[in-house]
Order: sequence, then C-alpha cells, then structure tokens
Amino acid sequence: MTETETKSFQIRDLANPTRFLALLDKIMLPLLILTIIALGVGLYMALFVSPDDYQQGSTVKIMYIHVPAAWLAMFAYTMMTVSALGTLVWKHPLADVSAKAAAPLGAAFSFVCLTTGSFWGKPMWGTWWVWDARLTSMLILLIIYLGLIALWHAIEDPLKAGKAVAILTLVGFIIIPIIKFSVDWWSTLHQPATVFTLDGPKMDNSMLIPLLVMAGAFTLLFTVLHFKAMKNEILRRRIRSMQMQAARQVASGNRAAASSVAQR
Amino acid sequence: MFGNYAGFILASYGVTAATILLLVLWVILDGQKQAKILAQLHERGIHRRSERAKAAANS
Repeated sequence: MTETETKSFQIRDLANPTRFLALLDKIMLPLLILTIIALGVGLYMALFVSPDDYQQGSTVKIMYIHVPAAWLAMFAYTMMTVSALGTLVWKHPLADVSAKAAAPLGAAFSFVCLTTGSFWGKPMWGTWWVWDARLTSMLILLIIYLGLIALWHAIEDPLKAGKAVAILTLVGFIIIPIIKFSVDWWSTLHQPATVFTLDGPKMDNSMLIPLLVMAGAFTLLFTVLHFKAMKNEILRRRIRSMQMQAARQVASGNRAAASSVAQR
Repeated sequence: MFGNYAGFILASYGVTAATILLLVLWVILDGQKQAKILAQLHERGIHRRSERAKAAANS
C-alpha cells in the first residue's frame, strides 16, 4: 500500500461514527487547552495591547469579537452546505450529524455578530440598527439558521429531516456571497472589507495581528463545540435506534404470545 | 479604562461571553443527558447490534 493509499484509507475510516468518536476522545482535551490559551492571548492583545483607532477610539476593541463572529457565522453555514452535499450526493453517515451540530453554533455567532455590531453602531453611526444590505443580509442568515433548526425538530425521522434540511441549506447558501459582497454591490453604512481585499489587508499590523489571533481562537472554540455537539448527536441517534430496536422486540414478543394464546 | 465607550465595549464582550457560556452549557448538559439515557438502556440489557456481536464473539 502506498503512502497516499494509506492516508486515504485513514480518512475514509473517519466515516465510521465509532472510529470518529474514538478520535474525538483523543483530541478533545489538547484542542480544549489550545482553545483556552488562544482565547487568553487573543483577549489580552485585543483589550490591553492593541491601540485605539484614530477615528473610532476605543470602540475598535469591539471589532476583535464582532469580525471573528461574522466570519464564523458564514464559515459554519459554508460548512453546512458542504455537509448538505455530503448528505445528498455521497450519503456520508456523518454529514448530516455535522450540519445539525453546526446550526446552533452558526446561529449563536450570527447573534453575537449582530449584537456586537449594534453596540458598535450606536456610538459610531448614532443608531443601534439600520436596514442596510450588510446588516439585513446577516439578519436573514440568522433567520435561515433558526428555520433550519426548526425544520430538524419538525420531522421525527433524522434521515428524512436531514435530507429536507440539506435541500434547504443548499438553497440558503445564496445568502453567503450576498453578505460578503453586499458592501460592494450596494451603498451601505457598513464599511467595506478591510482584511480580505485584492490589495491585501488595509489595516495596521497592531490591529490586524490581534484580530487574526482572535479569529483563530474563535475558530478553535467553534471546532471544540462542534466536535462535542457532533458526539452528542451521534449518541442521540444511537439511543433512538436502540429504543426502536427494543420496541420492535417487545412488539414481536407480544405478537408471538398472542398467536400462542389464539392457537390454544 | 476604555473611556466614554466603556459601556458599549463591556456590553459587547459581556453578550459574547454569555452566548459562549450558553453554548458550552448546552453541549455539556446535552452530553450528560445522552450518556445517562445510554447507561439506562444498557442497564435494561438493551445494546447495539455491533455490541451484542462483539460480546458474543468474546464469550
């Protein structure tokens, strides 16, 4: 077996939920420690090292949580879209589990993005909220997340629910490029992109580095929470199948007892 | 420490911390709930097919 074949075999192995759970048990603690360290360093840099902005003053400190939350809200949805393809096209056993675990996290980060944006907007724009393209499209993303979560809960069979949600997730992906390019396509109160631009970041390193550290820390936090939520979802589905199996056994036992009574 | 905008900054970090705390509590409590139900099923002698096959192979 070549090295490539060995690697692809190992990756394929992760499609097995039992092996995936065993891997999670091994990596969760180191990942958690790394997350706490990254969050500690990021918060220190954001709150105590980074300078105030020459125009926005100390409110720029809100950026270090607002921007990573926005990135993660969009990242979680993009990941759910890939998972939706995994559910519909490849029928990967963990794809739907991954999407279902990511939805509440994406919704929470969308909420954080909107709320912190509001707290930043009031002192800088003079208003808590404005119906401009960026803010409205981010609010729509939050509503899509809540709709997907509601749909999962509305259909009892997780496989049927997974397929329905996967289709809706693919349709809803249209909001991601709209959020990203809303500041370019429409005249908005929200500022245009300052980090991911064709000319490179338009931000001084004294602010860019803490922002990237916080983005890394938030991504690690998302990964830890996502893995734990995936583990919970795998257990929930196992419990459901065990309960159904036990119910079937009871039903077949009752049928056998009833037929023996009838024969007598 | 953050001048006139301290209230806005602290509110932002506070809401974020509270949301993250809720997420952490959600995954921990949900995990504990699933583990408890799984243990109750095992106590009642209900196991997965693969677990039963493994036990049969070992015995």
